[in-house]
Amino acid sequence: MEVILSTLINGLSLGGIYAMIALGYTMVYGIAKMLNFAHGDIIMVGGYVIYVSMALGNPLLAILFAVVFCVLLGMTIEKIAYKPLRGASPLAVLITAIGVSYLLQSLAQIIFGSASKMVTVYEFGMVQFLGVNVQVSALVTLGITVVVMIALTLFVKCTRLGRAMIAVSEDKGAAQLMGINVNGIITVTFAIGSALAALAGLFYLLKAPSISNTLGAMPGIKAFTAAVIGGIGSIPGAMLGGILLGVVECISYKITAIAPYTDAIEFSILIIILLVRPTGFLGKKRREKV
Amino acid sequence: MALLEVNNLEVYYGVIRALKGISFSVNAGEIVTLIGANGAGKTTTMQSVVGLIPKRGGSVVFDGKDITQSPCHKIVHLGMTQVPEGRRIFQELTVYENLLMGAYSMKDSSGFKADLEAVYTRFPRLAERKSQIAGTLSGGEQQMLAMGRAIMSHPKLLMLDEPSMGLSPLLVDQVFEIIRDINRDGTTILLVEQNAGKSLAISDRAYVLENGSIVLTGTGAELAASEMVQKAYLGG
Repeated sequence: MEVILSTLINGLSLGGIYAMIALGYTMVYGIAKMLNFAHGDIIMVGGYVIYVSMALGNPLLAILFAVVFCVLLGMTIEKIAYKPLRGASPLAVLITAIGVSYLLQSLAQIIFGSASKMVTVYEFGMVQFLGVNVQVSALVTLGITVVVMIALTLFVKCTRLGRAMIAVSEDKGAAQLMGINVNGIITVTFAIGSALAALAGLFYLLKAPSISNTLGAMPGIKAFTAAVIGGIGSIPGAMLGGILLGVVECISYKITAIAPYTDAIEFSILIIILLVRPTGFLGKKRREKV
Repeated sequence: MALLEVNNLEVYYGVIRALKGISFSVNAGEIVTLIGANGAGKTTTMQSVVGLIPKRGGSVVFDGKDITQSPCHKIVHLGMTQVPEGRRIFQELTVYENLLMGAYSMKDSSGFKADLEAVYTRFPRLAERKSQIAGTLSGGEQQMLAMGRAIMSHPKLLMLDEPSMGLSPLLVDQVFEIIRDINRDGTTILLVEQNAGKSLAISDRAYVLENGSIVLTGTGAELAASEMVQKAYLGG
């Protein structure tokens, strides 16, 4: 019973991280109609910014720097790499995104070397929670991700800017006829996605205090999987997919017989879902306009 | 001075010259119609004037400002909007939220309630269905919503692209009546229609578009009486 509960808490916590990253994928896809494969590497950049700015000794300041840096980086990447390709074939944009991903990883390797760096943001320790021992960092992660997800949902549903994002994701032309600056909305979307990725970088450092230039690669792919499982383009879908994947991963790790196959199990879920429900859980089949 | 002045407008799709340098104008207070067959360039004209597709040559002056190079959202903020072909309402939003999007360009939100009431009064069906998801409305209701959404921004010039398309004859009459009403309340109208008879009847002036060129112009009554229009567009 205790094992089940602690696994579940860890699973929800990891799922929260996946959901945060998946939100970046899904919002950018919904609004700019592109897969930003460099998104996972923003996590790594956020981690390194925390690593560097921890020299100041203040974790909160380091987190703030990471978020600001990643937001600016995300907006810059969009402006330099993706904006000139608006209207180009999806394949050209996809290849560019992969190129940006390698560029970020290589730059990090040049600057910080290929060996992992240790970085302790904060020592939380363990706590008794509902009768089981859990990492405080897992609870903190879970708490922050829940708050962020609620805030993001309210932002999209209830603010002028959020509604403009929905309008752009549904019909760019009609959105422009309302006077919405579509390029501005795309920039805002990249900014939000990058801020969430920076937070994800923080959560990874809280989980395991080491960082290398490939920190974001696997979480990026997992979160992309989560976004597709939930239905790419759907915000609640990304949350659902992320949490589902995190829980499955933690359960699978606890069962000795299947633990080595955990990644394979997660990606098999993706394949099965795509076969049964190609739009993912909450994705909508859009009518294509002619 | 004309509210909208289009000079020598040229639009290309790749190498295809879709608009071959057309010129027309719309004066404040008028209803002006562009009629023409499928593929004549009517929708292309509408979309390039409002900035949704790029102009290759010529100039567009709206309300005294050169908007030839302006992006669509800036043009909308100047007071021009369009009910696009196929309505293109936001299917996933409610009727109310669609109207809220229509008011997006209004700098001052204090008039929003009154504007909303005015739209609900003009289109009582929208009031009945204000919390309904717009994608579930009937075709006629969607057209009403598209028109209501457009007038939420108090446009000086309202452009309507095929507003009668796919509607029953009864609804078509209603749509033309509403267009005339909106015009009487002070909004200038530029209309594109395949239903030449009904649109010429409410128009002050009209232009006939053929293969990307304007081939005929005159008052609504003149064109309705012209032999060429009778033959080609009125089945006479």
